Amino acid sequence: MTDKIETDVVIIGAGPVGLFAVFELGLLDIKCHLIDILPKVGGQCAELYPEKPIYDIPGFPMVTGQGLVDNLMAQIEPFHPSFHLNEMVESLEAIGTPEAPLFRVKTSENGTTFICKAVIIAAGGGSFQPKKPPIENIEAYEGTGVFYAVRRMEMFRDKRVLIVGGGDSALDWTVSLQPIAKRLTLLHRRDAFRAAPHTVEKMRSLVASGDMDLHLGQITHLTGDAPVLEGAVIRQDDGSTFKVDCDVILPFFGLTMKLGPIADWGLNLHENLIPVDTEKFETNVPGIFAIGDINTYPGKLKLILSGFHEGALAAQKVHRYVYPEKKLLFQYTTSSTSLQKKLGVAA
Amino acid sequence: MGVIHVTDREGQRHTLEAIEGWRVMEIIRDWGLPIEGLCGGACECATCHVFVDEGWLSKLYPATEEEEDQLDTVMTRANSRLSCQILWTPDLDGLELTLAPTGS
Repeated sequence: MTDKIETDVVIIGAGPVGLFAVFELGLLDIKCHLIDILPKVGGQCAELYPEKPIYDIPGFPMVTGQGLVDNLMAQIEPFHPSFHLNEMVESLEAIGTPEAPLFRVKTSENGTTFICKAVIIAAGGGSFQPKKPPIENIEAYEGTGVFYAVRRMEMFRDKRVLIVGGGDSALDWTVSLQPIAKRLTLLHRRDAFRAAPHTVEKMRSLVASGDMDLHLGQITHLTGDAPVLEGAVIRQDDGSTFKVDCDVILPFFGLTMKLGPIADWGLNLHENLIPVDTEKFETNVPGIFAIGDINTYPGKLKLILSGFHEGALAAQKVHRYVYPEKKLLFQYTTSSTSLQKKLGVAA
Repeated sequence: MGVIHVTDREGQRHTLEAIEGWRVMEIIRDWGLPIEGLCGGACECATCHVFVDEGWLSKLYPATEEEEDQLDTVMTRANSRLSCQILWTPDLDGLELTLAPTGS
């Protein structure tokens, strides 16, 4: 069943810049929905460097990636934005006119459809996708013998499973799938794991009791007539190779960012970035804006603070699309009672 | 001033002028060679993975535990390093490296 949601603005990307855009739009009485492919908000700040200190956010001598995200979530709370996480925007269609833009936005996972008056793309480096290891011909086995995520554990019952990696995903799935797999093998490039210690211990005890195998090395190539996987040849540090027979391989090499479907939306692109003007941060399609790391213009700096500024200016133009008849009064949160009411802090 | 030599994924060798204090990833990116450096040098993404010529390995500071953790997310060889973790100094004049392959 597909949901249909009518709203003012859809923001694609719930990183810091997308989150702050909610604030700037909220002050102008503009409602929005945010869509992000990750299961959590915060984008790169939360996914890549949650614990890394950031030193160039105005007013914060130091704040961590996750700290910044938490603060932004508190800041936009008064506007009750709706989040659609774990969803990727698959298509974006202009169904209005340049003067009165209207858009249909569809997501992939459970097929939500949005009808909105403006779209703000705040997608950073694109959408997070599993990093695919550069193994020759691996694509030929994807979906039959190679999976980058576990959707249903049952798929792997009674299968010979080879898990590759040394992080939390690799170790968590190792201990979860070991009981139902016919045989589980974990392959990692070194005998050190950066996963939760108790999971690593559990894996080690399964190896000690002979209930699974652990190998150190790297896959050199896959065997079997694609799309049927039969095994992987593994090279060890000393250069020797051996074969592991397996029905499926689950590589867990973390995430990377890909532009993805954005390339198909009829927007001008320049080296995978979206050119915008510096007054409204609007793209070549009226009503579609791009802010943060995904946009480009002369002098662009890929800084979070630039994205905040861009969101504030884009919101001004969005207001004209959402409330064409209303004159926009510029106000300060320090002095405007009406803004303070929206923020829930009016005396 | 000095240079680094970078072999790209098509096998072509480029000689790039280096700048003291820059990360090797930044030098490669600044010259326009295809290196992603997604996280901007925070040692959080491993998209600046390179193979360092054997003769140069011992001249580099060894990889930190943090760098090793990130190298876990790519297909490494014995001479794998993240180029964002190599600060260029004149000692590295002539540094020879190859861009590691990336998945599709």
